[in-house]
Amino acid sequence: MQLQQMYQEIILDHYKNPHHRGLRDPFEAEVHHVNPTCGDEVTVRVHLEGEGPDAKVVDVSYDGQGCSISQASTSVLTDLVIGRTVGDAFGTMDSFVELMQGRGRIEPDEDVLEDAVAFAGVAKYPARVKCALLGWMAFKDAVARVVDGGQA
Amino acid sequence: MTTTAAPLDVAALKADFPILARTVREGKRLVYLDSGATSQRPRQVLDFERQYIETANAAVHRGAHQLAEEATDLYEGAREKIADFVGVGFDEVVFTKNATESINLVAYAFGNATFSDDPAAKRFALGPGDEIVVTEMEHHANLLPWQQLAQRTGATLKWFSVTAEGRLDLSDMDELITPRTKVVAFTHQSNVLGTINPVSVLVAKAQSVGALTVLDACQSVPHSTVDFKALGVDFAAFSGHKMLGPSGIGVLYGRSELLQAMPPFITGGSMIEQVFMDHSTFAPPPQRFEAGVPNTSQAIGLGAAVDYLSALGMDRVAAHEHELTGAALSGLQEIPGVRIVGPADNVDRGSAVSFVVDSVHAHDAGQVLDSLGIEVRVGHHCAWPLHRKLDAAATVRATFYVYNDLADVQALLDGVRETQKFFGVGA
Ligand SMILES: Cc1ncc(COP(=O)(O)O)c(C=O)c1O
Repeated sequence: MQLQQMYQEIILDHYKNPHHRGLRDPFEAEVHHVNPTCGDEVTVRVHLEGEGPDAKVVDVSYDGQGCSISQASTSVLTDLVIGRTVGDAFGTMDSFVELMQGRGRIEPDEDVLEDAVAFAGVAKYPARVKCALLGWMAFKDAVARVVDGGQA
Repeated sequence: MTTTAAPLDVAALKADFPILARTVREGKRLVYLDSGATSQRPRQVLDFERQYIETANAAVHRGAHQLAEEATDLYEGAREKIADFVGVGFDEVVFTKNATESINLVAYAFGNATFSDDPAAKRFALGPGDEIVVTEMEHHANLLPWQQLAQRTGATLKWFSVTAEGRLDLSDMDELITPRTKVVAFTHQSNVLGTINPVSVLVAKAQSVGALTVLDACQSVPHSTVDFKALGVDFAAFSGHKMLGPSGIGVLYGRSELLQAMPPFITGGSMIEQVFMDHSTFAPPPQRFEAGVPNTSQAIGLGAAVDYLSALGMDRVAAHEHELTGAALSGLQEIPGVRIVGPADNVDRGSAVSFVVDSVHAHDAGQVLDSLGIEVRVGHHCAWPLHRKLDAAATVRATFYVYNDLADVQALLDGVRETQKFFGVGA
């Protein structure tokens, strides 16, 4: 059944037991993103140390409400980027975005994406791709505010 | 009329809708429960539109040749059918692209009147101190145009709130509608809650203070007998694609005397009387409001849709939907962990049934239903403030129409139970 392909156990696990959820201090930027078609929303805070692409993502905290896909993908995001450099985190993000926009035709690299490979099935449903990207786009935006703001 | 007693023969009329024969998601029977967003079209409408294009296609109101004559007759004939269908005069029906454009037409015409030196237009002018009243249950199409008009003119926007049951809260009507009120714009039937609003109460109050009324009839005209004259509204809007007709065609009703006095919104060809290099005069309504070559085949198709609905009988359509709505409401309430958003009693409500499944986001519920072939709408259904008010980030919405039957309702109920099972919630 296609449904199981979309709602992989990993996704449902992250949905029921989200990682790193809740808004924490300290943080350098906080952003609020919404999905205008369904009203889902997420607030993301990032805490970075250092400068530019080598800055370290010390913490990503978040709060929001939304469907299992958007909530789980934000939880997976935090696992993948906390403790990494901004450059690495953005590299992972690019792979994830590519996977999600691939209409289900891209073979995900588990070494890079880890739990995020579970979202491969979601990519077959164009209406849900935005859900999967909600938290990631918020993270990108938040980091850009710190990095661009800091370097300017 | 004795014929209205006989129920719709749904099995027979289903055959008129080619799309209902297809399957979805790996061979599932299509259970289409999203007619509130857009309805499906019967062969009769498609054939009529096609026949026009194949035999009489021409630019209406613009030529003296035979095709132009025939096309114009068909186009104006459609206007006549539609006018009859909603109980108004032929020249009170303006064709637009959709209801959204119809409402914008009124709002922009009022804005143009505000800045016009034509004395006839003054009655529509708005400014600081004037008030526009809407409701919290409006579709964005009947909210944003008024927000924008208020911002442009300095008028103030006010609104009726909605009760927890999803009815309009009329308790502060006397404070909301006052001599400062210039416009009262509200929906006839909520596209989320199904609630049918007390039009006569609102119209009487608006008239008592000299305010104009604008009715969003998108979800009422397709589903019941609606007579704008009997309702007494000044303007009303609806869309063809929600009533078995084509997309790209909408209707604005305006009381004749008002349309006569109202300045145009979109200007250009076909809406003029005389044109000079530095100024122009405008055609009488409805042409004044139909600049450019219109969506001709769509208007003609909508005429055919009205014929189709009239042949079914709108009282029978309403009775049929009432039955399905009742079955859906009681069936959903029997499922633990399901909450109806909107009136749970089948009184003064139409066939939009919105609900939330505890612990399952509407998007996820919709995905499971879709995998079973059940097409519902999920999200805020272009009524975000309403969802905020009712504390539901997103809802699942089923809407019923002439081609749905009790088997479709049962499929929905089974699908909701299946959803709960899939996500491990509920009883
Ligand atoms: C109550 C209501 N008003 C307005 C609209 C807007 O209709 P359209 O998108 O056809 O302009 C809709 C349809 O979505 C509706 O349900």
